[in-house]
Amino acid sequence: MRAQFVLSEIGVGLRRNLTMTFAVIVSVALSLALAGGSWLAREQVDSMKGYWYDKVQVSIFLCNKNDAKTDPNCTKGAVTEEQKKDVEKQLKALPLVDKYFHESAEDAYKHYKEQFSDSPLADSLTPDQMQESFRVKLKDPTKFQVVASAFQGRPGVQEVQDQKALLDNLFGLLNGMTLAALVVLAFMLAVAMMLIVNTVRVSAFSRRRETGIMRLVGASSFYIQMPFIMEAAFAGLVGGGLACLMLLVGRYFLIDHGLSLQTKVPLINFLGWGEVAQVLPLVLVVGMLMPALAALIALRKYLKV
Amino acid sequence: MIRFDNVTKTYPRQNRPALRDVSLEIEKGEFVFLVGSSGSGKSTFLRLILREERTDTGMVHVLGKDLARLSNWKVPQMRRQLGTVFQDFRLLPNKTVAENVAFALEVIGKPRGTIRKTVPEVLDLVGLGGKEDRMPGELSGGEQQRVAIARAFVNRPMLLIADEPTGNLDPQTSVGIMRLLDRINRTGTTVVMATHDQNIVDQMRKRVIELEKGRLVRDQSRGVYGYQH
Repeated sequence: MRAQFVLSEIGVGLRRNLTMTFAVIVSVALSLALAGGSWLAREQVDSMKGYWYDKVQVSIFLCNKNDAKTDPNCTKGAVTEEQKKDVEKQLKALPLVDKYFHESAEDAYKHYKEQFSDSPLADSLTPDQMQESFRVKLKDPTKFQVVASAFQGRPGVQEVQDQKALLDNLFGLLNGMTLAALVVLAFMLAVAMMLIVNTVRVSAFSRRRETGIMRLVGASSFYIQMPFIMEAAFAGLVGGGLACLMLLVGRYFLIDHGLSLQTKVPLINFLGWGEVAQVLPLVLVVGMLMPALAALIALRKYLKV
Repeated sequence: MIRFDNVTKTYPRQNRPALRDVSLEIEKGEFVFLVGSSGSGKSTFLRLILREERTDTGMVHVLGKDLARLSNWKVPQMRRQLGTVFQDFRLLPNKTVAENVAFALEVIGKPRGTIRKTVPEVLDLVGLGGKEDRMPGELSGGEQQRVAIARAFVNRPMLLIADEPTGNLDPQTSVGIMRLLDRINRTGTTVVMATHDQNIVDQMRKRVIELEKGRLVRDQSRGVYGYQH
C-alpha cells in the first residue's frame, strides 16, 4: 500500500466534509471529556471512600451511671469492671477486629474539650458525664453488622454505633450522581457514533465515483475502506485530544484555581495530576477506535464488494 | 474463459427473471457481441461476469473459477484480471489522463516504477500519446473513451468487458473505438461487448449472442445485428 496515496485521499475527504468533520470532532471531544470526567469522578469517590473508611470506627459506648434512668439498656447502672473485661475479651477473640482501644470517660472529656473549645457547652460538662467506650477498627468496614449483633444488648453496653452509616448516605448520593453522568454519557456516545456513521456515509457517497472505479479495477475492500476509516479515526483523535485538554483544564480550574476546591475543602484528598494523566491515553485510544469502528460499520453496508 | 450453465437470476421484488436458464461458453481470444433490446438481460449478464451480482440457480465460471464459490475477499483479485469499459467512461474529472490510468494501478498497490513505465505505453497504444497531462473535460468523447480503455487494459487483462462503449459516440468516432477494441482482441484478450449499434455489429462479423426477455435466443458465429429496433 502506498502511504502517500492513502494520506492524500484522507486529506481530500476531510476537506470535502469540513463541517461534518468539525461536528464529529466536537461531539467526540464532548462525549469523551464527559466520559473521562465521570470516570475521574468515580475514582474520586472511590479514593474518598478508601480514605474515610480507613478512619471510621465502630464505637461501643458503655453505660454511664447517669444513663441508668434514661436508657433501657443501662437499667443496672454504670458498667462494671467485670463487664468491661468481658467486652474486651470478646473483642480480642473476634477475627474481624483489626485493633481497638479503650477510651475512658476522662479521655472522652479531654477530646471533647479539644474539639469544642469555643463552645460554651464544653465548660458546663464534667468528666463523669462523659461515656466510656471502646473504639474498634474493623478489617472490613462493611462488616459492621457482625460487631453490632455481638455487642448490642450486652450488659453494660449502651449502644453500638457505626460511623460508616453516616458516610454511606453521602457516598450513595455521589454514586448516584456518577451514575447519572454515565447515563448522559451513554447517550452522548450514541449520538457521536450516529454522527460518525452519517459523516462516513456522506463521505463515501461524495466519492462513489472513485470507489466505484476502485472496485472495478480490483482494489481490495481494505484499500477502498482504509481512507474513510482513517478519516474517521483522525477526526476522532483530534476530538480525543481536545477532550484530554478539557480534562486537564477542568481539573486545573476545579481543584487548583478558579473554584479552587482544594483550598475550600481541605479535608478531601482530591485527585492529583497523575490520576488525570492516567486517563488521557485511554481517552485518546477510545477517541480513535470508536470512530474507526463506526466507520467500519457504516461502510459494511455502503461499500460492498 | 466464460461459461454459463443454466443461469437464472431474478432481482428482489421483480416477478420476471432478468436472466432465464442461460447456458453458453465463450472461449479464450473470442470477440463476442451481446445484443438485445433494453431490459433483455445484457447488463445482468455482464454484472454476473463481474460478480457484481450472484446467480439464483446455475453456475457462472469466469477464468476457470466458479464465481458462486469465490469468497468475497478474493473477488478483487479476480477483477484485476478483467478490464471494464462503460458507456459513460467513468473517468475521474479532477485527475489528468495519465493520473486516471495510473489510479487503476495505484489502488491495487503496484510499485511506482511499474506505473511510470506502463502508463505511457498503454496511452500510446490507445492513440493518446502526448495527451498525458490533459484533463478529461478537455477531451472529446472518443478520446475519453480511449482513456477508459487504456485504464481497463493497463493491467493486461485476460478479458475485457465493454458495456455499450460506443453508446455516447458518433459513428465516425465509434469506428475508431472498435478498431482499438479489435486490436486489443488480437493481442489475445477476450472481448465481450454489449451494444445497440447495428452498423458496428454488421461490419465486424463477430460472434453475436442475442438475449430477449432474459432468454438466450440466438448464438451465431460471424453474425449480424439481426433485428430492427
